[in-house]
Amino acid sequence: MLYKIVSKLFLWIGAVCIVVISGCSTDQEIDRNPETTSLKLRFSHSWDAQQVSKDDFNSLKYTNAHQEEMSIELLRYLISNVSLENEEGEVITIEDYHLIDLQDDSSLMYRSADSIPIGTYKNLRFTFGFDNDDNRSGVYADLNTALWNVPEMMGGGYHYMQLEGKFLDSTQTETGYQFHAIRAVDNSSDNPVFEDTFFKVSLGRVTIDKSSELQIDMNIAEWFKNPNEWNLNDLHSMLMPNFDAQVMMYENGKDVFKLKSD
Amino acid sequence: MIKIQGFIREFRFVVWVLLLAACSNDEPTSVLDDETYQPTPVELNIPAFFKSSIIDPVIPISNPLTEEGIVLGKKLFFDPVLSVDHSISCADCHMPHSAFTDTNVLSEGVNGALGSRNAMPLFNLAWNFDELFFWDGSASSLENQVFHPVPDSSEMANTWEKVVSDLESDSEYPDLFFAAFAEEGIDSLKVAKAIAQFERTLISGSSKFDKYLANEVELTDEEQNGLAVFLDETRGDCFHCHGNPNNPLWTDNIFHNNGLDSSFADLGLGKITGDPADNGKFKTPSLRNLAFTAPYMHDGRFSTLEEVIDHYSEGLQNSATIDPLMKKVADGGVRLTDKDKANLKAFLLTLSDEDFVNDPSFR
Repeated sequence: MLYKIVSKLFLWIGAVCIVVISGCSTDQEIDRNPETTSLKLRFSHSWDAQQVSKDDFNSLKYTNAHQEEMSIELLRYLISNVSLENEEGEVITIEDYHLIDLQDDSSLMYRSADSIPIGTYKNLRFTFGFDNDDNRSGVYADLNTALWNVPEMMGGGYHYMQLEGKFLDSTQTETGYQFHAIRAVDNSSDNPVFEDTFFKVSLGRVTIDKSSELQIDMNIAEWFKNPNEWNLNDLHSMLMPNFDAQVMMYENGKDVFKLKSD
Repeated sequence: MIKIQGFIREFRFVVWVLLLAACSNDEPTSVLDDETYQPTPVELNIPAFFKSSIIDPVIPISNPLTEEGIVLGKKLFFDPVLSVDHSISCADCHMPHSAFTDTNVLSEGVNGALGSRNAMPLFNLAWNFDELFFWDGSASSLENQVFHPVPDSSEMANTWEKVVSDLESDSEYPDLFFAAFAEEGIDSLKVAKAIAQFERTLISGSSKFDKYLANEVELTDEEQNGLAVFLDETRGDCFHCHGNPNNPLWTDNIFHNNGLDSSFADLGLGKITGDPADNGKFKTPSLRNLAFTAPYMHDGRFSTLEEVIDHYSEGLQNSATIDPLMKKVADGGVRLTDKDKANLKAFLLTLSDEDFVNDPSFR
């Protein structure tokens, strides 16, 4: 009789444990596997209120803050390490990079390989260019293929941006400009001096769902406007090894990107 | 009973005959007899540095590389059968010892007529990722490229009907085409595919500079300074179009107006796209094998590397479509010193690949 009672007791304890364990397990699975999606960012471009696409290239249709008429013939730039910060302050960082080239429509959309939980985040950020850990010479085959490298004599690593075109100089001659952004380096002495010119772009609150794609707009005019009014007559060529010009680009780049709601 | 035994004997005979026939099908005398035959897949022999530094080459799914396809393509490339009077082959204007170009300003076709542009050298073509070939990008793949010279009156001046007819009546080609494509028949697309397969095997990756990167040889001081001129944005600034030591191609395979003329007798890319913004733009050639590929530029106007360097240093001509990367155009260029010019030439010659032009498998 005692044996039967003890046996039933163990059976009841076992059954309760199974129910409890399976219940816990179900709750944890829900926590670990919320609904996810890939992050989709679409990059658009403007000159203040005007939209810019490759169809607008090769024409002196823009006027910069210094009142120089200018055209665009090439615009490529690199973003990396897109991150999302949730309401609890936890940050999801997507260790990745993406080269945008206005001549290549497919590059205007970035789709993360990693999935992220859908929901609302209090900040979307990315790095313009590469931070110093990622800016390692020659390690990215696709960027090497795109000739995106910076020669070792200028610090190595990769370009952050190549913006090229023509402007009407003070003699009314169409003159080429090469507005190339890299990590600033002063090579005037035997010991090069570097200054970081990549920067974090913070775009604020976003909601991610399965169908949404976020649109990020670069206002190209901002590169020439604030806080440094850019004078292309003085600064149009050979800007990569120009330390001060690189720092000025860095300063002007801070207000270039905005999240668009439509 | 006797009739039944006779029927059984006849039945056994028929079975033996059928079995023998089946056995003979299992052991074909040639690939033509083998219904299961498939050509042998091969992989490109890609230099290690290419594999590690740039993305994979373009091999179309519709034209995978095979041993038999490459053999056929090589034979076709060197065979004058593609020309109307069987007088010239692809190799007459694309000679192995000249890195698969020739030494003429403009090449001569079967009827003595001259082409309109300098013959381009052929190597590392599988890494032309946009797959736009020729100086003006008018051929949209390596296969499509083959369709241009055969009917061109200033090149082979032939018709595809005659090409196919000549190949079909040849004693070797029908079997070679079957071996390459596992089906009967010869047509222009198979000719193009085979030649494209052979051309993809033309890989140049063994220059002095490649060996320098592999720590097998040293560069001289002059060559080192030439590299510095090449990479210096205030001097040569050659790297934005021609690449850098992290990319073994030494070209961006893109189209630029490099300031040769202030007006254009040849519109280049602009004639193909119809966009005036493309007028005067031509494909950036690779800087590999310059020792073997003179004369230079799309029209072969420069016979020496000194003339090429002088052009970029002080000979630039302004025009509406000149590339923004051409600097100090009003001064004719960046005006390199004589020492920098000589050193730049010394560096450029380190990109020439004796092993490639002497490779017996490309002859």
